[in-house]
Amino acid sequence: MNDSRETFSPGGASPTPERPRPTLRSLLALRVSLTGWSVVLLAGSIAGAALATLWITSVPLIALGAGIPLTLLATALIRWLADLHRQWAARRFGESVARPYLPTPDAGWPVRLWTILRDPATWRDWTWLVINSLTGWLTSGLSVLLVIGGFVYLLYPLIYLLTPPQVFRTPLGEAFRLHSAGQSFALVPLGPVCFLLWYATVTRLANLNARVIRLLLGPTEQARLRARVRQLATSRAETVDTQAGELRRIERDLHDGAQARLVSLGMSLGLAEQLLPEDQEAVRQLLAEARDSASGALGELRDLVRGIHPPVLADRGLDGALQALALANPIPTTVVTRLPGRLPAPVESAAYFAVTEALSNAIKHAGARHIRITVELGPAGELTMRVADDGRGGASPHHGTGLRGIARRLAAFDGTLAVDSPPGGPTEIRMSLPCASS
Amino acid sequence: MRVVIAEDLALLREGLIRILQTTGFEVIASVDNGPALTQALMTHRPDVAIVDVRLPPTFTDEGLRAAIAVRKRIPGLPIVVLSQYVEQLYARELMSDRAGAVGYLLKDRVMDVGQFVAAVRQVASGSTVMDPEVVSALLTHRATDPTLRTLSPREHEVLTLMAEGRSNAAIAARMFVTEKTVSKHISTIFTKLDLGLSQSHHRRVLAVLAYLEKPTETDKTASG
Repeated sequence: MNDSRETFSPGGASPTPERPRPTLRSLLALRVSLTGWSVVLLAGSIAGAALATLWITSVPLIALGAGIPLTLLATALIRWLADLHRQWAARRFGESVARPYLPTPDAGWPVRLWTILRDPATWRDWTWLVINSLTGWLTSGLSVLLVIGGFVYLLYPLIYLLTPPQVFRTPLGEAFRLHSAGQSFALVPLGPVCFLLWYATVTRLANLNARVIRLLLGPTEQARLRARVRQLATSRAETVDTQAGELRRIERDLHDGAQARLVSLGMSLGLAEQLLPEDQEAVRQLLAEARDSASGALGELRDLVRGIHPPVLADRGLDGALQALALANPIPTTVVTRLPGRLPAPVESAAYFAVTEALSNAIKHAGARHIRITVELGPAGELTMRVADDGRGGASPHHGTGLRGIARRLAAFDGTLAVDSPPGGPTEIRMSLPCASS
Repeated sequence: MRVVIAEDLALLREGLIRILQTTGFEVIASVDNGPALTQALMTHRPDVAIVDVRLPPTFTDEGLRAAIAVRKRIPGLPIVVLSQYVEQLYARELMSDRAGAVGYLLKDRVMDVGQFVAAVRQVASGSTVMDPEVVSALLTHRATDPTLRTLSPREHEVLTLMAEGRSNAAIAARMFVTEKTVSKHISTIFTKLDLGLSQSHHRRVLAVLAYLEKPTETDKTASG
């Protein structure tokens, strides 16, 4: 009775380990790297201003024809620049900033151009370029300026001595003129002040910049909802299709299988009744046939029930059903589950069938010697299922219908499927299901 | 022989009662839910009980759980578990106390009244009876076992029938050979599988099932 289950204690160790207290060194390193990025972003905002000008002049030129390639080129450059900024902002937030563009149609350039021009995201990109050429200076520029200022003031006496007279003599405007190197020492304390200001503001300025990027370059609420509706409509249509297909299959299986066998059973019994007074041996044979028909019908019904909702899943939940699945599997299979108890029935069922499908995929194609199934409920209530095998790899949702079918099934629950399967293996299928835990 | 029946579907319960009464059993109690089953077993201590896996109130594996729980308190109380489907996991749980006197059968097997009644009597006398589906699943699971591959087809057949809990006489009749031949096959199997050959039929069945159930690579590599 070697049980490979791992138990999960809801009150036990917190799922996310506490973050170590940041050291001064790491805080400083973060700020220095952000300042480095500020220089890059500043360059970006200058380039952006140039691109904004290029774009807004090339669009009217479309009428003349010359603007067409120019607009396409400018759009490509702008989107590239915007993507870089999205990536940067995504790193700041720790969550991706989605690209809001309408899908580019696979058509000739007039259609493509029209799609670009009527895409609100194109105009929001342009707005961002213009705004960023100001806010870029305000955020990235200020951080860089404070660092430069800090060094300048700290070294002011040196600068005073090394530069010719009349240069660097009015550090704070005309009203304040330095007359000797000694006086310039009065400015040195401003250096640390600048550095302190820089230290205090650099992350906030970077966050502000990232927020502007997310606001203007990320999808608007409307665009997000539109994309969501599109996705829901697709997944609903697929779900309805799949379900109708399943019902048709069940109907056919019942009709050709169990029903037919019960009819034959009835016929055998009827005939036996007829023959009872005259031919005992024939009756015995008919009764044996009737029993076989009943056995066959039961077997077919059993298979059908397993396909609809496996009884062991109803009895024992996902955990027990997966243990049972592993036991019945000819390839050695380890099951590790970390679940707090029973999950909502639809989630259990979807998860079970997804894992079964991934497992049979591994058995059929991978040539694996060992399979490992891991199922756990994350802290945010998402169910993660991993099916890993040591087979030959090269699995892809683009080939064959198995993995694509799983992805479609999961999509109905907003679940996802990711495949990591380099040629030569090993393969890991990662599936996730959001799960409003019961 | 005194028997307790637990089955929630009246149609099947009545059918079972009729079969058992016709074949000389005394049905001392028939119940239709888990708690009532536990109580009936504790008070009547029957010679054998016939229990449906799925019972009210939970309509899950209530019957199986009740059977296992009662056998913890009355070790070796003979119980035949019936089900619409067999699950290796459940067979493993039923056998885990190593006390014998358990049966795990598909409901279909009741249709062969003679064999079903023989199985019930065998369990009552302390033997273990496994549904052929469980045994074939166990064998499939160990298909890659090099030791099992050294068995000849005849020995393999004997092993399968033994694991189902059939007596030497039954195996002999089934394979159209003498009991002596069966005994010879059995002793070869036990030598090849490196199992101690016991005189008691019941212990031999347990030994074979234990061998098939033995942790495979599955369990060894488990990082539980």
